[in-house]
Amino acid sequence: MDIVVTIKQVPDPDIPPHHFKVDEANKRIVGPPGVAPVMNGYDANALEEALRIREKQGGKVTVVTLGPDGARDTLKRAIAMGADAAVHVNDAALLDRGSSLTARVLAAAIQKIGPFDLVLSGRQASDTDAGLTHILVAEALGVPAVSPVSKLESVDAESAVARRAVDDGYQRIKVRLPALLGVSSELNEPRYPPLKGIMAAGRAQIPVWSAMDLNITDLEPRVELRRLYQETREARVELIEADSPAEAGTKLADKLREAGLV
Amino acid sequence: MAGVLIVAEAVSGALAPSTLELAGEGRRVAEALGEPLIAAIAGTNVRGNEAALGEAGVEQVYLADHSGPGVPSPEWTAAAVVAAVKQAQPSVVLISHSAAGRMLAPTLAARVQSGVVTDATRLRVEGDRVIVTKPVFGGSVLSEQVVLANPQVVTLRARSFAAAEPQPRNAAQSIALQVPEAAGGLEVLEEIREESTSGPKLKDAKVVVSGGRGLGGAENWHAVEELAAVLGGAVGASRAVTDAGWISPSHQVGLTGATVAPDLYIAIGISGAVQHVAGISGARNVVAINKDAEANIFKYARFGVVGDWKQVVPALTERLKQLRS
Repeated sequence: MDIVVTIKQVPDPDIPPHHFKVDEANKRIVGPPGVAPVMNGYDANALEEALRIREKQGGKVTVVTLGPDGARDTLKRAIAMGADAAVHVNDAALLDRGSSLTARVLAAAIQKIGPFDLVLSGRQASDTDAGLTHILVAEALGVPAVSPVSKLESVDAESAVARRAVDDGYQRIKVRLPALLGVSSELNEPRYPPLKGIMAAGRAQIPVWSAMDLNITDLEPRVELRRLYQETREARVELIEADSPAEAGTKLADKLREAGLV
Repeated sequence: MAGVLIVAEAVSGALAPSTLELAGEGRRVAEALGEPLIAAIAGTNVRGNEAALGEAGVEQVYLADHSGPGVPSPEWTAAAVVAAVKQAQPSVVLISHSAAGRMLAPTLAARVQSGVVTDATRLRVEGDRVIVTKPVFGGSVLSEQVVLANPQVVTLRARSFAAAEPQPRNAAQSIALQVPEAAGGLEVLEEIREESTSGPKLKDAKVVVSGGRGLGGAENWHAVEELAAVLGGAVGASRAVTDAGWISPSHQVGLTGATVAPDLYIAIGISGAVQHVAGISGARNVVAINKDAEANIFKYARFGVVGDWKQVVPALTERLKQLRS
């Protein structure tokens, strides 16, 4: 089974919001100094699932990212976790130009990597929160997509059976391969890189591809980011004071009634 | 041809609440653009909604009735909506940010060579463009994005837009679409609806009562359910709680769970981790009950009680019962 996993490097989502700054002029989020960016959480779930499939069925797991120089660290982490190979698409002309171009770039890279049975992607990136790229990659590759997948029941050479979360339950979907699955966090708990993997990552050669390598000429974005900003959130909580917690509970009920909330 | 097209959904014979929100906001956008409001509806037994759509302000509806056996696949639904959009050539397409909408919107945008913005919380019309406000980074940062081509495809967050008020109007004129069974690679084997214990659905609820790890154990969970029942609200939970199995994962609120936008959100024993508060940025009033005065959740709260929930919550529930009887 040949699997490609798409990966995005993102600012660490566990950093509290007030430690982030928004550079409004350049429309970028700036994390606190000294805090390294990380592999997008759902992408780590996608990689973990790919590794589990390979461990059972054999085959090859290749990770691919579109990102700046620093994104190489995230590919190294993927190799340390157990990926067999990595591809880094890095070209200033391709960065930060939206989901549509990112998806065409990733699809072109996946095709250049070679024939595949499965593409596994995180359902959404924790910085842009759009959830678009993986579906657009499937469209560009012309393969069916299932997302978000909360459980992978079975995979064989012909097809996969996946659970897709819907608003009040789930669907069991059978999908013919090759296909793309948008992976959610319910699927697994990503592993920590073993020491052997960390050493392998140190030795790994990661090819870097440009727009020209992928024959990408249409660079027009479809969506423009006009503005990025933070709303100021001043502390405004009204704490209920009382002699005992129980009395506070009673007073809270009265407060909610006064405010017309109950 | 032009117009604002909403992708309508019907649930057991009536328009979904999210569809009325699409219609309410769609009509506002349509008026600003000077264009008609139209709709597409695809699924099993979707005929018969023309009157309700008309009352919500829709003039025309493209209707694709799924006649084949079983649940229509996402591919069939996408093909139906793409067909409607290709015929109607709307300048804007509004889709609800539901599980189905999240897959449909990018698929549609790709097939009509346009762009898409998901999970909008506000729309504003400037000239012929719709400026979309969309929370990013777990809701801690806001963005304004614009689709550069037409149709401008946008998904709308539930309970963030005012629903259309039904008015006596003509029924929407229906245009039938013939959509063949997709020969794609997907087959829905079965669809399992998880009965929520009781009360309204999380994402549609006006009141949500949520519990976190601070409750101490599954044996205490009834306190959350009792308060929710008194308020006629939905029951939510932090990820720690659903991971621990105190309640099913469908109740999880947060980045990896449901996004809620109630008028009142009561958080009991929830610290307010980034991943949780990402799901409640649309809540209008947050009430926090927590032993730890430094808990992050208080930063998001309008009212707070610092104290042991074991005393606070029963007293609150009891008093609310009196007030509401």
